[in-house]
This record gives sequence, structure tokens and C-alpha cells, in this order.
Amino acid sequence: MDVPFIAVAVFVAVLILLPLYRVLAGPTLFDRVIAAGLIGTKGAVLLAILGFVYGRIDMFIDLALVYAVLNFIGTIATGKYLEKRRGGKL
Amino acid sequence: MTILAAILVFCGLFFLTVSSVGIIRLPDFYTRTHAVGKSETLGAMLVIGGLAIYNGLELSTVKLLLMLLFIALVNPTATHVIARAAIRSALQPWVKGGRKESVESAEDRIVEEAVSEIDDSGKKA
Repeated sequence: MDVPFIAVAVFVAVLILLPLYRVLAGPTLFDRVIAAGLIGTKGAVLLAILGFVYGRIDMFIDLALVYAVLNFIGTIATGKYLEKRRGGKL
Repeated sequence: MTILAAILVFCGLFFLTVSSVGIIRLPDFYTRTHAVGKSETLGAMLVIGGLAIYNGLELSTVKLLLMLLFIALVNPTATHVIARAAIRSALQPWVKGGRKESVESAEDRIVEEAVSEIDDSGKKA
């Protein structure tokens, strides 16, 4: 349990709260999707930092990698889905 | 090595802060893609790179570098896909002081101007 890593982890966790406002209040659907992607990337970084907080980076780095991949797949799938309904209501 | 890692991590935290503030403060979707596509990618890469330097030579370091490479490739790609979906479903970009004409009429006007210029140069020759 290193104190600097705990401080960095808390800071990133606070930063995750800011895009959450855009997810809740975003004027269009695309704003929500892109803010959710931002939360996902920051979450993957937070997981990597948490690995150093608990001293078990060999376990947490796998979780962070999978989280980044799933975040990417979710964003791409949403983008392809939204592309099909042209001229639809946003 | 620890000092270098700390410098990288704190630079990365700065860029993560910039992206978080940017997605709240910027005026419309197309400007917000800058916060997600550039600041967030650089910030995440710097933090992960700092952690990899701190970790030293291990298998976990290879995985951290793999994650760095993955974020560098994937984050701008995902942003681009969403931006393309937005522009194909005719989301209008924000303009300062309100929109005067639609995108279609602006395109028509630009094409007409280009055609008239070509006609003028043809008459001169």
C-alpha cells in the first residue's frame, strides 16, 4: 500500500466523475457514447494503478487489458449501430 | 527511475484532467471529440508508460506496454467511428453566433461559386 499510488488512484477516480455529467446530461446520443468511452479508458488506467496500490500488478494488468478491449468493442459496436439509421432523430 | 516514472505519471494526470474538463466545457460534439481523441490518449499513454518504467523488467511490464500500444491505436479509432456515425446521421456542427445556413445549402453555394470561377477563367482564356 503505497501512499503516492493511493493519491493518484483517488485523483483518477475523481476525474471519472466529470465525464459522468456528460453521460447524464449530454445533448445528443453521441456525446453520451463518447463520454462513456472516456470513462472506460480512465477506468482501465485506474485498474492499472490499483494493481500497484495492492501490490498485485500481475493480476490487475490482465483485468485492465480486458477492460480496455471490451470498452473498445462496445464503442465500435455502438458506432456501427448508429451509422445505419441515417437521418434519424438524435 | 522512480523519479522519471513519477514525472511521466504526473504529466499523464495533467492530460487526463484536460480531457475531463474538455468534455464538460467544449460547446458541441465535434469539439468534444478532440478531448477524447487526443488528450485522453496521451494522458493514458503517459500514465501507463510511467507505471511500466516503475515496474522494472517483468512480464507485467510487457503487458503494460501492450496496453499502452493498444490504447494508442484504439482510442482515436473509436473516436473516429463515433464522429463518422454522427456526421452520417446529419448532426450539425456548432458555429459561433448561431447557424445562418444549413450544411446542404452551404455546400451548394460553395459548388456554385467554384463553377462560376471556372466559367470566368474559361471566358478569359
